[in-house]
Amino acid sequence: MAIKDYIRQRYFPQMWCPGCGHGIILNALLRAVDEMGLDKNNIVMTSGIGCSARISGYVDFHSLHTLHGRALAFATGVKLSKPELTLLVPMGDGDALAIGGNHFIHAARRNIDMTAIVMNNRIYGMTGGQYSPLSGPGKKATTAPYTTIDNDFDVVKLSIAAGASFVARSTAYHVLECIDILKKAIEHKGFSVVEILSQCPTHYGRKNKEGDASQMLEFQKNTTAKLGSKALEQDPTLIPRGVFVDIDAPEYCQEYDRIVERAMKGSQNQIHKFDKTLRDEANQTCPKP
Amino acid sequence: MTDNIKFVQGNEACVEGALYAGIDFYAGYPITPSTEVAELLSKRLPEKGGKFIQMEDEIASMCAIIGASLTGHKVMTATSGPGFSLKQEALGYACMAEIPCVIVNVQRGGPSTGNPTHVSQGDINQARWGTHGDHAIIALTASNHQDVFEVTVDAFNLAETYRTPVILLFDEVVGHMREKLVIPEKGEIPLVDRLRTSVRKGVDYHPYLPREDGRLPMSDFGGEHRYNVTGLFHDMWGFPSNNHQVVRELLHHLVDKIENNVHSITRYKEHYLEGAEYILISYGSSARSAIHMAKNRRERGEKVGVLELQSIWPFPEAMVREKCAGAKAVIVVEMNMGQVMKEVKACVDDSSKVFLANRIDNKLITPTNIKTLLRMIQGRGV
Repeated sequence: MAIKDYIRQRYFPQMWCPGCGHGIILNALLRAVDEMGLDKNNIVMTSGIGCSARISGYVDFHSLHTLHGRALAFATGVKLSKPELTLLVPMGDGDALAIGGNHFIHAARRNIDMTAIVMNNRIYGMTGGQYSPLSGPGKKATTAPYTTIDNDFDVVKLSIAAGASFVARSTAYHVLECIDILKKAIEHKGFSVVEILSQCPTHYGRKNKEGDASQMLEFQKNTTAKLGSKALEQDPTLIPRGVFVDIDAPEYCQEYDRIVERAMKGSQNQIHKFDKTLRDEANQTCPKP
Repeated sequence: MTDNIKFVQGNEACVEGALYAGIDFYAGYPITPSTEVAELLSKRLPEKGGKFIQMEDEIASMCAIIGASLTGHKVMTATSGPGFSLKQEALGYACMAEIPCVIVNVQRGGPSTGNPTHVSQGDINQARWGTHGDHAIIALTASNHQDVFEVTVDAFNLAETYRTPVILLFDEVVGHMREKLVIPEKGEIPLVDRLRTSVRKGVDYHPYLPREDGRLPMSDFGGEHRYNVTGLFHDMWGFPSNNHQVVRELLHHLVDKIENNVHSITRYKEHYLEGAEYILISYGSSARSAIHMAKNRRERGEKVGVLELQSIWPFPEAMVREKCAGAKAVIVVEMNMGQVMKEVKACVDDSSKVFLANRIDNKLITPTNIKTLLRMIQGRGV
């Protein structure tokens, strides 16, 4: 199918600023879905609040645009109640890791089968450019006129520590790599995290003098390197890209199915026991011929 | 067969009611005094192929049941005061996105952490206005376990009928007290199932376009119709809109679908109300003391009766006004600082005849407590 078959054209043009990286990520995600040949009726996209979260309105899947930070909690309800569905959960960095941080680590801990995509532009864009938990120290933002003193954290390391069974990172610049990684993440049975560095020229770029969209994309190219590459070996300050973790681990819904199986057997046994008691009582009260 | 007769806690009666109503998904977080609801459903739900999940917090539990409702399941969560505060965000989402779900609040002392193991009825107004913005809500309550069972079934039915969250306002005494419960045969209480759209595949489905009767047929996530659900003001396709007419019409719809149906949502019981000169209005565990006191007074020839409310929101103004029209005095018996009393004062013909018999020390109000006030009103001294 063509990419336009996966979007709701009625709602275009989208509301993102010119130069925003989110449109590139949307495109990569739709190409991944297309290449995998997934049925649109089986895909549910849940999102939270923020620039990134508006992505769910544009796709022709079942879409659930929820509350700030809560996309994974809603997604957990959808997935556990109907495990045959494929859950895609795109989130912003503030959405996923500040207000939604608790839901994020616990979804990873459960290893519930869904794909969390952190569209990391290191800023709260929709509210006008406040610093996010991933901005890092020494950055300018509308709430950091004297620069930030808050440390950031590494989404990849956090996800691994929390128990995600697939963890990867790419950037909006490396769009073909994104498609490849997203396909692997969606295919993976378990909780998958894909961090995609995105650019916000309107707020982050302008405040921090990182230039326009193309310069910011160039920056993504120059400050990252593939896992296992020579470049990374020579310059460990580069941000590594690629698949960090891809392991088989018990998936939550499958484990719950086993609970159901055990519980159903248990209650059947109880019914049998009860029937037997009734029969025994009946035998005792009825005079034997 | 006598296995449908049980001796249970109120929380267990609620679980039995939920199972009777067809619950198949529960998400929760441990909190006193509602934890037994979660414990029992963690055992009972998988036995019938349903799902139970203990989420990371109260907020996530509320979000998870909304997600599960959208796949076509009957869902519930249970909590108490502090957890109910945390659920308000997603409760508002369920109002806005019109998602059927049931929220149990077994009330304890508040505000804040308050008094987890003791009784209060202090969340009446929080149930009404806890989430921000104009909206309407349905809240039911009960004073004994048979009624807990029945209003729980009712809550699921109303949630499906009006596509709305329904709150069950129980209290610690009812939740933890043990009492007889008779579980009705299947079919004895009618159940309302999810109203699903009859729009066929390939035909434009409007998830937020009400039918002539005001109801909105749903389509399960995973089905043939792919649509958007949002907490933003939205058009008939569920897509965000800030068009002023769309905003106004949606808000009217959300409020009217409930407020215009107060009559069919109203639930109450009358005890010794025939010709009563003194009417006690009560609900939940405090109604038990009120009924006890009224019975006692009637035996002595005093015309005292009880109007027991089982639906608190939307407040049954017309019914209360009518029942109280001939009374010399109306005494609202509750365990808070007059939350329902204010509603009664606002709707009766003469608010100066409305009095409050309350207890706010997290102990169950006694018949003697009520009698003391009644004697004062009657001019008979304490």
